[in-house]
Amino acid sequence: MKTTDDLEFAATGAARHAPSAEAERRLRGLLEQGLPLVPRPWRTLAEQAGMAEDQVMACVHRWQADGMIKRLGLVVKHRRLGIQANAMVVWNVPDERVAEVGRRLAHETAVTLCYRRPRRLPDWPYNLFCMIHSARRERVEAELAAIVERLGLGDLEHRVLFSTHAYRQCGGRYVREGAA
Amino acid sequence: MHCQAPNSQAPTHQARKLDALDRRLIDSYQRGLPVCSRPFHTIAERLGSSEDEVISRLERLQEMGVLSRVGPVFDHARAGASLLAAVAVPEAERDAFAELINAAPGVNHNYAREHDFNLWFVMTAPDEPELDARLDALEARLGVPILRLPMLEGYHIDLSFPIPWAELERA
Repeated sequence: MKTTDDLEFAATGAARHAPSAEAERRLRGLLEQGLPLVPRPWRTLAEQAGMAEDQVMACVHRWQADGMIKRLGLVVKHRRLGIQANAMVVWNVPDERVAEVGRRLAHETAVTLCYRRPRRLPDWPYNLFCMIHSARRERVEAELAAIVERLGLGDLEHRVLFSTHAYRQCGGRYVREGAA
Repeated sequence: MHCQAPNSQAPTHQARKLDALDRRLIDSYQRGLPVCSRPFHTIAERLGSSEDEVISRLERLQEMGVLSRVGPVFDHARAGASLLAAVAVPEAERDAFAELINAAPGVNHNYAREHDFNLWFVMTAPDEPELDARLDALEARLGVPILRLPMLEGYHIDLSFPIPWAELERA
């Protein structure tokens, strides 16, 4: 069985075979939960996934290169630091302008995310979403006003949806239950 | 388990409890964690600290809830399927609806927001059919239509965020 082979390779530290798709899937499931905080985290993950340490690092390098991993590092919970005001600003932008406006908004330092999404008429006319975070609501409002002014977006219908409570704030779980 | 509802009783202004080394870790390593056999040793060398110290700082930051984890942020579109979803529920029953949403598999980032659509969450799944199935099942449980807003185009891929330490000191 492949898994057993992989475990043997992990045990000997050898990495002559490419890891199985199954082992890579296990690794991804483990990575979604974060690195173990030990001196050699990749080795620990390798043991758990049934791979060799250098195979784990090679996988991570590959996923970084192909964009599967967007970033690797400390995932901060902003609210715990006091960054309490989390505003989702939604815009109704004519389709022919949406990419241009999206790119310009994304360049603003205060804007942390900027996505185009579909309208759902009649309930939801907004097709561009961006996030603005700050310690206080007034700061978010001031930032937004400055952005609207600077980019000349005053003619675009938009709304600010402040968050009032976080029921959950965590990373995605994409790997099937029981995979890890 | 890493994924829990944030405890609203917990202190939120943790910034003042973080010293210069904590802040440098956060400022320098929201991205670019070294992929080498002893990454915390490499970080320690760069920050003029020790491997043990870096590990214990990271453990403490996780315990404080300042970090949800140290690890990769996967691209939703490539790592599986996900979409932003919203429901409009009676404000008085919002907590109960939020609990039902949190109980569904694949849900993260569930927030109350100031709008008729007052609960906003991200649904994730291994693939599109499973995503639809999860949303359909949840919709049936909630008894209200779910607004489904998949990402069509991303203009900003950098999720790391400069922490305004000075402003947080004043807050």
